[in-house]
Amino acid sequence: MTVTSDQNLHISSQSPLKEVARAFRQSWAGMLGLVLLFLVCVFCLAGPFIYMVDPFEVIWAPLTPPGEVANVPLGTDYLGRDILAGLIHGGASTLFVGLVAGVLTMTIGILVGSIAGYYGGMVDEALMRLTEFFQVLPALLFAMVLVTLFTPSIYVVSIAIGIVSWPATARLTRAEFLRIRNLEYVNAARSIGARNNRIIWRVILPNALAPLIVSATLTVGIAILFEAGLSFLGLGDPNVFSWGMMIGAGREYILDGWWTISFPGLMIFLTVLGFSLIGDGLNDAFNPKLRER
Amino acid sequence: MSILLVIFRRLVHAFLLILAVLVLNFLLIHIAPGDPAEVIAGEMGGATEEMLAQIRTAYGLDQPVIVQLGTYLGKALQGDLGQSFFYNAPVLELVSGRIGATILLVMTALLFAIFVGTLLGVIASHKPKGIVSGLVTLVSVIGYSAPIFWTGMMLVILFAWSIPIFPISGMYDITKGDDLWTRALDILHHLVLPALTLGIVYLAQYARLSRASMLEILGSDYIRTARAKGASEISVYGRHALRNAILPVVTIAGLQFGSVVSGAVLVETVFSWPGLGTLAFDSILARDYPTVLGILFFSSLLVIVANLLTDLVYRLVDPRIRMEG
Repeated sequence: MTVTSDQNLHISSQSPLKEVARAFRQSWAGMLGLVLLFLVCVFCLAGPFIYMVDPFEVIWAPLTPPGEVANVPLGTDYLGRDILAGLIHGGASTLFVGLVAGVLTMTIGILVGSIAGYYGGMVDEALMRLTEFFQVLPALLFAMVLVTLFTPSIYVVSIAIGIVSWPATARLTRAEFLRIRNLEYVNAARSIGARNNRIIWRVILPNALAPLIVSATLTVGIAILFEAGLSFLGLGDPNVFSWGMMIGAGREYILDGWWTISFPGLMIFLTVLGFSLIGDGLNDAFNPKLRER
Repeated sequence: MSILLVIFRRLVHAFLLILAVLVLNFLLIHIAPGDPAEVIAGEMGGATEEMLAQIRTAYGLDQPVIVQLGTYLGKALQGDLGQSFFYNAPVLELVSGRIGATILLVMTALLFAIFVGTLLGVIASHKPKGIVSGLVTLVSVIGYSAPIFWTGMMLVILFAWSIPIFPISGMYDITKGDDLWTRALDILHHLVLPALTLGIVYLAQYARLSRASMLEILGSDYIRTARAKGASEISVYGRHALRNAILPVVTIAGLQFGSVVSGAVLVETVFSWPGLGTLAFDSILARDYPTVLGILFFSSLLVIVANLLTDLVYRLVDPRIRMEG
């Protein structure tokens, strides 16, 4: 008997990461989200080099409707500033705050949740009481207070959003740790003498990452909505253009200039939609059971 | 454990949370850059030296921090949350004058979202791939991603231009009659758009949630038994399935109360609804810290009370969890 070909003996093996990437590519929600986000990023990053108009500069008559004058395609706001330029320049700060606040939220949440879930007992009790306390405070109001007490800048806004929104992540991380901490491979790691730190960060956390990555994309989306809400209320960084600020500025002119609020809102909507669709796609990709449905 | 003991423990727990919020308020005044007296007076530039000295004595700011905290807690628990220098009125008076409007808005939006959301979820669960199911998913995706104040403004534009049947600002029309009935109808009329804006986000979430739990329950053994003994579809859905499917919706609604209050701040600002949100907006612009912190305290109190009530109602409704600590 001879071996007919190498191929028959070869067992295809794939890294879990590749498998997830392949499953993600098959999810239309995830791909749509990725495309949306890519377009938003191109618009905000390449925009300033193609459409060179200063968003703070008054260029035409106030409240010019879109399409009326050729060189102000999306019209002007109540001061006569270009809406399209505002959209282009407003995105960078919104995305920046969303990402920084998202990372901060995830960091605090994962730290609190993993320590509570791993150690249990009194530590868990104390940390969960703290989490509960933060969940009682209405997040937006708390963030408003924090931003007002300190001078509003995009850093203060990011930190404030991080401080008010970590409890959900902490609860999720804790639940995952409670589920994993008594599994056999964790016991095995413990039995060969691994220290607590190693077990938490190197053994349990990597296995808890799937739901956390999904929640991270949603968290960035929520942080962007938060930033928009704060800027809308006039609590954003006054020196930086942002979409929420544009909507806030147009609030008084809602019936005389629908375009001053519709377009920035649409940009926020598309960006957050992008993140949440990516979250949906990742969720499907990480859960093989859901994939078959 | 008897039910009374459980209730007592929940009450103590709620009280401790209230104390914690007060301690946070106290810390916030002290963490903020600058002299606490000036923070309390607000950065209006109008606070004279005498005024600052008066505040320092009133709040005991010349005492050790721990004594200050004691004084602050003692005063707050007696209902003294300080004086608003911008409105020239006690904070308690300002906040209690506005809190009713916020409760009305939040409760209307929540009840609307729970009832209509569950109804839509049940209809969707009947045909998991039907039009209603698709619509529920679409609305929940939009509701989740669109900033709530923007949705509100889009509704204002829609209702002001094309179908001007609802008022788009304020809570009542002072030119309308003064009797109770007219006034109540007028408030309801003004309530429609703000409550719809606030409710729509949660409506879609609850519809998805109840759809998922209905689908799970409809596949369970006791539903098969109910069908086998000849129960009608209406009875299967209404009497057997819905009772269990609504539980997760009520749980989530209770947990989300804080987030609804946050949303109300933005919705109130859009519709000039005279509640805590507009008060917060105005007092933040005026840097009126005592009022801002008073609002933070009272809205947290709302959330604590709402959680407590959800918890207690839940124990009365569901015998399985009645006795758990």
